[in-house]
Amino acid sequence: MTTVRTRPGLGELRSTANAIRRRNLEIIHAAGLGHTGGDLSAADILTALYFAVLEVDPAQPDAPERDRYIQSKGHASGVLYTTLAAAGFIPDSLLDAYMAPGSALNGHPDRKRVPGVETNTGPLGHGLPVAVGTAIAAKLDRSRRRTFVLCGDGELQEGSNWEAIMAAAHHGLDNLVLIVDRNRLQQGARTEDTNGLDPLDAKLAAFGWSVREIDGNDIPALLEVFDAVPFSAARPSAVIANTIKGRGVSFMEDRVEWHHKVPTAEELDRALRELSA
Amino acid sequence: MSERFDCREAFQRTLVELAASDERIVAVVNDSVGSSKLGGFGKAYPDRLINLGIAEQNMVGVGAGLANGGRIPFVSAAAPFLTGRALEQIKADLAYSNANVKLCGQSPGVAYGELGPTHHSIEDLAWLRAIADLTVVVPADPIETEQVIRWAAATPGPVFIRVSRMPVPIVHDDGYRFAAGAAATLREGGDVTLIACGTMVSRALDAANVLSRRGIEARVLNMATVQPLDRAAVVAAAVETRAVVTVEEATVRGGLGAAVAEVVTQERPVPMRILGIPGVFAPTGSAEWLLEHFRLTADGIAAAALELTTERVRS
Repeated sequence: MTTVRTRPGLGELRSTANAIRRRNLEIIHAAGLGHTGGDLSAADILTALYFAVLEVDPAQPDAPERDRYIQSKGHASGVLYTTLAAAGFIPDSLLDAYMAPGSALNGHPDRKRVPGVETNTGPLGHGLPVAVGTAIAAKLDRSRRRTFVLCGDGELQEGSNWEAIMAAAHHGLDNLVLIVDRNRLQQGARTEDTNGLDPLDAKLAAFGWSVREIDGNDIPALLEVFDAVPFSAARPSAVIANTIKGRGVSFMEDRVEWHHKVPTAEELDRALRELSA
Repeated sequence: MSERFDCREAFQRTLVELAASDERIVAVVNDSVGSSKLGGFGKAYPDRLINLGIAEQNMVGVGAGLANGGRIPFVSAAAPFLTGRALEQIKADLAYSNANVKLCGQSPGVAYGELGPTHHSIEDLAWLRAIADLTVVVPADPIETEQVIRWAAATPGPVFIRVSRMPVPIVHDDGYRFAAGAAATLREGGDVTLIACGTMVSRALDAANVLSRRGIEARVLNMATVQPLDRAAVVAAAVETRAVVTVEEATVRGGLGAAVAEVVTQERPVPMRILGIPGVFAPTGSAEWLLEHFRLTADGIAAAALELTTERVRS
């Protein structure tokens, strides 16, 4: 892409992340549906990517040389749509139709109806294989475009991911970045109490990836790690982003019930006040 | 007996030819270079043969990603594993996402014979026909296989193509042009219609000759496109011949026969027989033996048609 963009300052990025969180909670409240906790845990990651890292252009969402962002955790559609609106891919007014009858904004993203969505996700374990494909395509083209794929941590219990993890290393995909939203909670319980993933860094390293672990709700840390990819030549890069599910709203943080609980009017009010502070 | 051909040969030859003039074309396999006969493709275009090992879910997802990057991937694997193992990827990553991926199900039906039901792909037509926005094509001979591969490369959108290893005679002439969604009338007749796809088309033609000796003239339709179905051809067959027999190298539950029955029962009810593997796991035997066992032969097809026409005389 030829667009040269100045990177916003940290204050602006933090403010954007919280604005995305506020809008995200509003549309979940209005829809009466949503995946609140996993939206909020990923908000800083999406903000860093869309406002400081990805070479994408909302005026040309299909530009062949764009970076690819693939959100494998399709259930976090609230944060994806809200970020796409903030970045100019879709009008903000469309967010009011989140999951409304006939809306383009399904509970899980549909690339045929939402500009900026690369592939339809929802069933878990689908994004990373597709990301391996977009990364191989870039290699075939000898292009410098990159693929960033965001997976939930619980999602890594799906075997298809490990097929893709093997293939990415075998094909030396140093243009591929896996971000694991490591909030340690899945729908019903903690990941480690359900089907444990630890030691996740050692597992990914043993599969041939270069791995870094950061605070995934810390925007400077996210920028630093994304600026450092690829971490090693000829290896795919994995970022274990340690996050807090429900991040930013005190009564939602690290609470398993907020996986898909919808805030009441009173809860929304409290949440918006906390996120405006 | 006329000469018989393995359709995989036409598949690989056509793919190599297309790849020469279109660098977007890539082949994606699951360790199935040999069984897909893609060794020649790999020699000609080593960078464009992507072998992902024995991992079908990843293979289909990678196909979607390659299509996202502007490539035209032909994702080729043994039909039972390509469809059964990666069914959700086919639904979500290809059909629902409208990814320009060409799935090539090798050695479908009971082609793997003695290897048993784990390796038979008799459910694929039912599974894939149920998925929206996915075209399902079953070529009948090498001429049609080449036509379908060329059509698939030139036509955006996801498609599943069965590529048979079981040798079949040529049923189309050199001038044949495949048209997606259109039945090809290979024989005219007014007494009964035989609707077949894939390896069963030549057998349906042979059955028509058997019937002709009994004074019954059968229309034979090659219904290569199982989804979307040529509904008009089915309705015309029901109206004009008043009896329909379908025959496929697949389970009788949910495939070509079911597709035709959905049209016949709702548009123009007439007596029907649905021939195929009768909803069972096949016993041990070669592919040819199994087709005999299940009476998927000229005589078996003719017998079913005779039943229908005899019933009609009695009623």
